[in-house]
Amino acid sequence: MRLRILFVLLLILPLLAMGEAKPLGDDPAVEARLKALSQELRCLVCQNQTLADSAAPLAEDLRQEIREKIAEGMSDKEITDYLVARYGNFVRYRPPVESQTLLLWVGPSLLLIAGFIGLWLTLRRRNSLLPDDIEKGEDA
Amino acid sequence: MRPYLKYLLPLAIFMVLVGFFVVGLKLDPRVVPSPLINKPAPAFQLPQMGEASKSFSPEDMRGKVWLLNVWASWCTACRDEHPLLMDISRQADIPLVGMDYKDTDAEASAVLQQAGNPYRMVAVDRDGRVGIDYGVYGVPETYVIDKQGIIRYKQIGPITEEVLNEKIMPLLKGLQ
Repeated sequence: MRLRILFVLLLILPLLAMGEAKPLGDDPAVEARLKALSQELRCLVCQNQTLADSAAPLAEDLRQEIREKIAEGMSDKEITDYLVARYGNFVRYRPPVESQTLLLWVGPSLLLIAGFIGLWLTLRRRNSLLPDDIEKGEDA
Repeated sequence: MRPYLKYLLPLAIFMVLVGFFVVGLKLDPRVVPSPLINKPAPAFQLPQMGEASKSFSPEDMRGKVWLLNVWASWCTACRDEHPLLMDISRQADIPLVGMDYKDTDAEASAVLQQAGNPYRMVAVDRDGRVGIDYGVYGVPETYVIDKQGIIRYKQIGPITEEVLNEKIMPLLKGLQ
């Protein structure tokens, strides 16, 4: 019986310890906004990771910074602008449309249009060749 | 379309692609151009290392062309550039100010004692807050700041002999 109580105690003890790990932020609304915002931002140390995913110390600092800005009542745009002013547009996963990024935004459409023009030219040429081939075929 | 064009065109496109790749190979993706170039250096007030009662602010350097070098004792690349910093402090009369980034005073001063101290003074940015204002993301980083307190150049990563002789030194001469 005493052994059984000891066993139960051993099972319960870790449960008590579990309560000690506190989340970094207390307000779930702030955490939700932080998560949404940091998924749109790039970590500069591990450049293929978002600020939300990265475990780099700088990413942790920046998340803390964003948390404080949210608590101060800044809007998402103001926070993004704050980071862009320090780290440049590179921190954004969605670059803004500017003269420098214009090719990035319209490039794919231009390639598609060029492809269609190429297709149209090829088809037209093929059509004009077709009757000759048939005539030759009849001659033979 | 002329017949030979049919063969030359793919070759030309291929050569353009190769050109892009060759340029891409030489670019360092870790170097992100700083938006702070030609902008005023962000203001701050930080305690000085070794003399906690004294503080340092970029405002103190008004009227001087100076270098701000962000470093840390845990940063191995900082050791690589350290001899060059020693050279700068010996030969040029350019004030070199250090910013000890996310570090402890004990470890940082141990490094300076062992390898030599190239800095006129060292500001201590223990929690990296000022680092964020300066857009620091990979120590070492070095800023060239002019007499009006405008950032003129930012070196991301260690200063090399090449960068020092071809970029920083001519820039410093021009600014003075």
